[in-house]
Amino acid sequence: MLLIIEQLLNGLQLGITLFLMSAGLTLVFGIMQVINLAHGSFYMIGAYVGATVAVQTGSFLLAILAALCAAALVGAIVEIVILRHLYKREHLDQVLATFGLIMFFNELTRIIWGRQPLFMDTPGWLSKSIEIIPGLPYPSYRLAVIVAGLFVAICLWLLFAKTKAGMKIRAGASNRDMVGALGVNIKLLYTLVFSLGALLAGLAGVMAGPILAVESGMGESILILTFVVIVIGGIGSIRGAVAGALLVGMVDTLGRAFLPTILRLVLDSSTANSLAASLASMAIYILMAAILVWKPRGLFPAHA
Amino acid sequence: MMFIFTRKRAVISLGALVVFFLPIVAQLTGDPYLISLGSRILIYALAAVSLDLLLGYGAMISLGHAAFVGIGAYVIGIFHFHSFDSSPLFTSPFLLSGSENGLFVLPMAVLAASFAALIIGALSLRTTGMHFIMITLAFAQMLYYFFVSLEKYGGDDGLSLYSRNSFPGLDLGNDLHFYYLCLAALCLFLFFTCRLVNSRFGLIIRGAGNNDRRARSLGIHSNSYKLVTFMIAGGGAGLAGALLANQTEYVSPGLMHWTLSGELMVMVLLGGLGTLFGPVLGAAVFLLLEEGLAMYTEHWMVYMGPILILVVIFAKRGLFGLVTGGSKKDD
Repeated sequence: MLLIIEQLLNGLQLGITLFLMSAGLTLVFGIMQVINLAHGSFYMIGAYVGATVAVQTGSFLLAILAALCAAALVGAIVEIVILRHLYKREHLDQVLATFGLIMFFNELTRIIWGRQPLFMDTPGWLSKSIEIIPGLPYPSYRLAVIVAGLFVAICLWLLFAKTKAGMKIRAGASNRDMVGALGVNIKLLYTLVFSLGALLAGLAGVMAGPILAVESGMGESILILTFVVIVIGGIGSIRGAVAGALLVGMVDTLGRAFLPTILRLVLDSSTANSLAASLASMAIYILMAAILVWKPRGLFPAHA
Repeated sequence: MMFIFTRKRAVISLGALVVFFLPIVAQLTGDPYLISLGSRILIYALAAVSLDLLLGYGAMISLGHAAFVGIGAYVIGIFHFHSFDSSPLFTSPFLLSGSENGLFVLPMAVLAASFAALIIGALSLRTTGMHFIMITLAFAQMLYYFFVSLEKYGGDDGLSLYSRNSFPGLDLGNDLHFYYLCLAALCLFLFFTCRLVNSRFGLIIRGAGNNDRRARSLGIHSNSYKLVTFMIAGGGAGLAGALLANQTEYVSPGLMHWTLSGELMVMVLLGGLGTLFGPVLGAAVFLLLEEGLAMYTEHWMVYMGPILILVVIFAKRGLFGLVTGGSKKDD
């Protein structure tokens, strides 16, 4: 029972990281109709800059701040210099150009930080475990990630639902030409939205820093999970991103944790272990295929 | 039919001459390395041409084409594995034992890859646009993780082959023989795809690629045509994978990694979308550029990325369009 709660929390934590990634990406898809493979690069940049600043200054909060600024800045530059020219082009061109960006950023981090992965320490004030319910200690850093992620999710919701900027963004997602015709500065709005998405990815990256190794190419594994989230949730839909992220986070974590035990009930242990390993790593893709057969446009399509 | 000597035909003939005589020149000048580089280019070209069928004709933007390359390679690897320790692949419903015979395993690789394409295509083609891109990518990653966790066949480390396949009349261990086998495979596939895209079938695929709704309203069940194209492209990629496994004598999940899918896409676009011969040129330029940049710096990707972005933004019709000139209509 305790194990289940612990794994549920781990699933929630992965889900929240995925939500931070997919919220930005789904907005960019929804509003600009652009497919951005380089979104994982912002995650990587956030993690690298965060890890470096954390080592240099010893302050985790400064590290987060630096990571956010770096990711948002790089995001804005990428949008202005490259992606802006690709909005009217076909998806294929966007895929290729952003693929080029991935090559560039991955290699650039190798040049600046070397091939060895960086390791980021958990900040001192978050390094202990907290006993959430009696008998279940849980790392306070992971709890902090969950709380911070929920906080950001609420802020995002407030931004979209309650502010004028959010209204423009939502309007842009449902009919961008009309919003432009009504006199909203679409170019600026696009740059801001893109930069906001990059900032969220950078936040996800720096928060993952103490949990994972910070290395070149780390953005791609999470990017593909993010794609799965967005496809499941429905492209361009924030609600879908929330649902998809939680679903993928839970299925992935719980699958890895419990499939071996479950399969051992019916199979001998070596077959069960190898089968469970394959199934667990494929579980989310199977989930995605199943959802698409059922609902080809995802659970919460934005333009239903 | 009258033979008209267009600039495009001149370029293709020139290319064919270069490709045909390259190994002979390489032998004379004592650069056997060129032959194996040449084979690698031909193999990637084969995979790129098959992807061009999807991207350039059917407007199916698949970002998971490497999956079929990987499946083709694994068929060779698995047959080799069982032939080496003389155990059967499986015993029921019928006995299938390992094999080294290229005449058997190469077609098996094509079949297996086409079959995988049938399943992946049937599910993916329920969607269009961005969903299709991401779903093909996800299926490829799924297979990647499947083979990573497949401990019996080496898992993450992959399988090493102890020899290349046997082939009647050829010694594939000899790089020269292997080169001409790759060339023959590429020529056959190019011939087949050229006939295909200019047939009624190809017309439907191009029509459905341009405007699927209109094709369907004309009473054409376009999804079946797309699925068959997806299978043919998968088979071509499987053949490329099988040859690649033979060339490197090594098979690993890395062949299915999505970066390879991306690189194949780059080759197609670099050479020219929807030109079939363009991707061959694209593959050659991409691999030569990679080799050339790698000679100067280990960080060649930091230059390749921006080059790619520039090509996308400025050279819409690819290199093949640049060298053949004229508009796309005159072919």
